[in-house]
Amino acid sequence: MQKIEAVIQPGKLDAVKEALIEAGVTGMTILEARGHGRQKGHTEFYRGREYSVDLLPKIKIEAVIPDAVVDRAVRAILTAAQTGSIGDGKIFLSRVDEAIRIRNEDRGEVAL
Amino acid sequence: MAALEKQNADLQTAIANAQMAGDNGWMLVSSALVLMMSAPGLILFYGGLVRRKNVLGTMMQTMAMMGIITVLWGLVLYSLAFGHGNSVIGSFEHVFLKGVGLAPSPYAPTIPEQTFMVFQMMFAIITPALITGAFAERMKFSATCVFLTLWSIVVYAPMAHMVWGAGGLLNISGGRIPCLDFAGGTVVHITSGVSALITALYLGKRIGYPREAMPPHSVVLSCIGAGLLWVGWFGFNAGSALNAGTLATSAFVTTHFAAAAAASGWTLAEWLKTGKPTALGAISGAVAGLVGITPASGFVTPMAALWIGLIVGVFCFLMVFFVKAKFGYDDSLDAFGVHGAGGTMGAILTGVFATVVINPAYGAGKAVGLADGNVHQVVNQLIGVAIAWGVSIVGTLILLFVVDKTIGLRVSAADEAEGLDLSQHGEEGYHSELVAH
Repeated sequence: MQKIEAVIQPGKLDAVKEALIEAGVTGMTILEARGHGRQKGHTEFYRGREYSVDLLPKIKIEAVIPDAVVDRAVRAILTAAQTGSIGDGKIFLSRVDEAIRIRNEDRGEVAL
Repeated sequence: MAALEKQNADLQTAIANAQMAGDNGWMLVSSALVLMMSAPGLILFYGGLVRRKNVLGTMMQTMAMMGIITVLWGLVLYSLAFGHGNSVIGSFEHVFLKGVGLAPSPYAPTIPEQTFMVFQMMFAIITPALITGAFAERMKFSATCVFLTLWSIVVYAPMAHMVWGAGGLLNISGGRIPCLDFAGGTVVHITSGVSALITALYLGKRIGYPREAMPPHSVVLSCIGAGLLWVGWFGFNAGSALNAGTLATSAFVTTHFAAAAAASGWTLAEWLKTGKPTALGAISGAVAGLVGITPASGFVTPMAALWIGLIVGVFCFLMVFFVKAKFGYDDSLDAFGVHGAGGTMGAILTGVFATVVINPAYGAGKAVGLADGNVHQVVNQLIGVAIAWGVSIVGTLILLFVVDKTIGLRVSAADEAEGLDLSQHGEEGYHSELVAH
């Protein structure tokens, strides 16, 4: 099992969600997030004072998926979330030792 | 013959009753409009401009004035402002509203005195509430209540009496230095704006100002609030005609023209300066224009109102963008930059643009302002401005000192960091879904 964490542009959520389901991902968690990569933020003006906002609104998607689905899931996100512009986001993959369904205590990939 | 005379008398009574009903209807609506400027107008305008942890604390300060000043007005303030006293302060003849009934008073001969009383009360409520913009996010609620209560006795009542009260020093009919202040440029905006500056200077800056970013938490709320202020201002200015006649129309028109010109002026100036016209700039400009036209609203033509709005809008923009930055005072929500500066400029421009064509304030054919060739009126306006500044500075300093040395003015650093909502009132304006269950 692997955990896939993707930080994407808020406007790309629906497209990425659909692409992941299409790729065989059964469950996911969506978080509203703020952050930035290497790009700069933007500037806001209030009565002559200038504020630079460098923590930009993002969406973070988390899903734990079977190893067999990982490549397809990554490709799905890349296809759905990519605009080619700065700020498109990142994908992180990490190993997951165990998954347990709270309802009936299923363990492993069957719990996903 | 006797029957004819009786018929005639009945007719006269019917006409007088009809006029009273019309005037009273307009003045009751105007009174409600002016109260609407406090809540929801000012509450939303100021509430949106602070950080989210201070939204309720800021709103409560205006709410408190609606409660406290109303009670105090009935007990003593109305009498001190409009009783027959000397040239500086009224008397105790109307304490507990003694003698203030449903018959007209000399101040407004076609409406019940209680209508006049309640209309003026709404001015007394919003004036101290305006000051809260300068000390937002850092004054104790208890200190706010005590300071502003005393302020309305020490600063507001004498200024209202001097400008509008019978026998007042600056009263246009019979005062030693007749000043033009149709709806309160001097009484409301200069006193509140200058007192606001003094309070901001006395209290000092908010912790972190100007290093930390303290942007408004909701310009949306501020836009709604400013819109309500603009609408309510028709009651403020056109209501100051004290009847539903043609002067009310004139004041209504000038009010709207000035607000529009100032909103445009501020926005354009900001656009040129920063490259972007902001919503906050547009509403700030509108309020500045409304402040500027307030003293002039019943004395000037619509075209003069456009000039007043444009001049005051750009002037206040310069005060907020450059003067505040240069001197470094923390007038949190620009109460001085808009009301003090706009009120002062408006009072002077009133002396310039006032004309007998609109309001023969000094009698038919007698010149009113510089526009008619009466240079002297500008001097009178300057004296009136100076007196309002003087009373506000001295009165405010004394009161701040007294309150500071007794109950203390400022919240602790920890309370300021936590925000006024929790530290002063034990509640929050916005709950996270996580804790709201």
